[in-house]
Amino acid sequence: MAATTGVLGGFLARPMGYAGVWGWVTTVDAKRVGVLYLVTSVTFFLWGGVQALAIRSQLAQSELAVVSPGLYNQLFTMHALTMIFLAIMPMSAAFFNFVIPLQIGARDVAFPRLNALSYWIYLFGGLILSAGYLAGGAADAGWFAYAPLTEKAYSATKGMDFYVLGLLVLGISSMAAAFNFIVTILNMRAPGMTLMRMPVFVWMTLITSFLLVTAFPVITVALIQLLFDRYLGAGFFISSRGGDPLMWQHLFWVFGHPEVYILILPAMGVVSEVLPTFSRKPLFGYPVVVFSGIVIGFMGWSVWSHHMFTVGLGAVANAVFTISTMLIAVPTGVKVFNWMATMWGGNISLKTPMLFAIGFIALFVIGGLSGVSHAVSPSDFQQQDTYYIVAHLHYVLFGGSIFGLFAGIYYWFPKMRGRLLGEGLGKLHFWLMFIGMNITFGPQHWLGLDGMPRRIYTYPANMGWDFWNLVSTLGAFMIGVSILVFLYNIYRSFSHGEPAGSDPWDARTLEWSISSPPPLYNFARIPTVHGRDPFWDQKYATDESGRAHRLPAGAQGHNGHGENVQNIHIPDPSYFPIFVALGLALAALGIAFHLAISAVGVALFLIAIYGWAFEPTVEPRAHH
Amino acid sequence: MHAAATAEHDATTLGLDHRKLLMWTFLGSECLFFGSLITTYLVYKGRSLVGPYPHEVFDIPYTSVSAFVLLMSSLTMVLALAAIQRGDQRGLRIWLLATALLGAIFLGGQVYEFTVFVSEGVTLRHNLFGTTFFTLTGFHGAHVAVGVFMLLTLVGASWAGKLKPEQSLNVELVGLYWHFVDVVWIVIFTVVYLVEAPNIV
Repeated sequence: MAATTGVLGGFLARPMGYAGVWGWVTTVDAKRVGVLYLVTSVTFFLWGGVQALAIRSQLAQSELAVVSPGLYNQLFTMHALTMIFLAIMPMSAAFFNFVIPLQIGARDVAFPRLNALSYWIYLFGGLILSAGYLAGGAADAGWFAYAPLTEKAYSATKGMDFYVLGLLVLGISSMAAAFNFIVTILNMRAPGMTLMRMPVFVWMTLITSFLLVTAFPVITVALIQLLFDRYLGAGFFISSRGGDPLMWQHLFWVFGHPEVYILILPAMGVVSEVLPTFSRKPLFGYPVVVFSGIVIGFMGWSVWSHHMFTVGLGAVANAVFTISTMLIAVPTGVKVFNWMATMWGGNISLKTPMLFAIGFIALFVIGGLSGVSHAVSPSDFQQQDTYYIVAHLHYVLFGGSIFGLFAGIYYWFPKMRGRLLGEGLGKLHFWLMFIGMNITFGPQHWLGLDGMPRRIYTYPANMGWDFWNLVSTLGAFMIGVSILVFLYNIYRSFSHGEPAGSDPWDARTLEWSISSPPPLYNFARIPTVHGRDPFWDQKYATDESGRAHRLPAGAQGHNGHGENVQNIHIPDPSYFPIFVALGLALAALGIAFHLAISAVGVALFLIAIYGWAFEPTVEPRAHH
Repeated sequence: MHAAATAEHDATTLGLDHRKLLMWTFLGSECLFFGSLITTYLVYKGRSLVGPYPHEVFDIPYTSVSAFVLLMSSLTMVLALAAIQRGDQRGLRIWLLATALLGAIFLGGQVYEFTVFVSEGVTLRHNLFGTTFFTLTGFHGAHVAVGVFMLLTLVGASWAGKLKPEQSLNVELVGLYWHFVDVVWIVIFTVVYLVEAPNIV
């Protein structure tokens, strides 16, 4: 082994075991990386929720001063950034990591160490983004950071620097993960797993990954330009020097709108797995659902200026983007009908994942309809920058993405931990969150149509906004209580949950054909796939009348036994991912503090990347 | 320089090595990166409030020569790949070094060009032309520099006997990256230097 550890040979012996804390730090196992992603993203979700509760407390009544105006600006900016980049996206990534290799019948991802690197960069990037609170003020210009508010002249604290550097670092994490999943999905499918047999969650992951690797370079360029404005005295977005603040808006939303689909498509994928399982029917119109997803992926690029209707781009631009935005509602609506048709006539079992999936459909439709109302640009002139938009975006991101992802947590937690979550507590969580969500965000529609602007610190007493704001705040705390129920459920199930067995839901896809939690090598024997819902087909046969009949246990296929598992090559753990990530994070932090830190970071990065390049994925072992 | 696919000779679904698919996807992503930088340059073209303006500082014959040098490096890159594929380690090293040298000459030419521009008053902060020009060509130069490092790493690996003919994919991947960076320069050279329309957008 010493001969192959490359430039660091002898200095840093390769970790060979999966035990203890170091086992987690050096892990390259996609399932473990997925668990790390899930734990970290839920933690950031709680942090984003605390910031939301602070915002709602400030707005509970007119003319309150629960937090200072400066802190309020940081809170609404960081709430959005935390939820988008540190909670929803990585929670989706948690499922990409854990579920995708299992669903396509693979033993790992294409680049195990790159996968670990994505996680560590995400963690460090999240800390950089949040670090502003401890260093004189976090980002406070809104998550879209419109120029020229973000220029040095108007934003003197380091908050915007942490915004720029944090998002640059997080972008690398997202892109690295997306490259990995594109290659994994296209190139590591089990025999017979053709593209049109892939589970819809795999499809949505593939589309999301393509959006990530194409949208993030655009925001990367915009962030670099802002960085140059702030640090090198460039004038990209400074109008007094010929620059154009509108350029930032275009670059941001060219990224920002595909980003919206990056947030929702994985949740749509989860729901497309949960609904068939708990309706005991195949997904209705599978090819249509897949192609709708692809169409959404393409059309997501042609609607960005609907965020800019009131900027004054002119009648032609507004008309074009009105039409393209209304068109994108078509493939989305098609999916909704497919989900409903999947449930139609099904043998529906209302377990917690199913409740969250149905909640997703209901809330997402409401958010989608309000979305169509401001796709119409004249109507949007009334709604722009009001609480109506806040209500809309929370119906699609909270009612949509978060409900979909919670469906995923309840659905796949048994596979991850080997124990079921409590059904009673799960249902309590769902109903508290579902009702709380509608109490919080429903009234914001009226507040917005009544003229209440977004991002205001407070409002006068005579506006008539007090009552619905108080209702909204109470709803927010109800969501908070529901999350406490969820956490208790996890805590209780961790040691006392009912053992899940390999297939607690009588599900359809390959991840349920192996033990819970799965062994390190996933599949003892790589399965051969003969159709959609491959595991269902192993369990059930269809008779002439179209009825499914369970095959006797002996006749069922199984992927848990097979070849001598000692001979399966599994990638070995590695120190290099965390070192590369640390080098990158230090290099970024140094820009905000002192370039000497950057120099150390770059040096660490280079050493680790060379060590990585010359380290084999699997160490040659003596017995081979 | 190993990866799961080559180390274990696994068959992949598309019959394409994982790393090759990764490189192509990465280059696709890079198109959007340079696309955004070039778009910014074009949107801001002709909108500098003060001179010097592009036509006052550009030396087209000079930059044409350095562009030619960079394009020739793609030829030597192809020869390096051909050399390792027929097991010619010495040829491999010669052509890799030639490629790295041509890349370094291009970079030297760019550094010289930058210093001339700065001495004529064009800087990153002076006007929009400087801001957009240095950002775009600077990031291209950084890509060339990374490429030179990778080429020299390959030379070192070959010298240490760690780059065997069956690992020719390593050379091919660096080659893909190198050709891409060349192609981007063709676009930049055309759009920035040759097209002199004052306001294209």
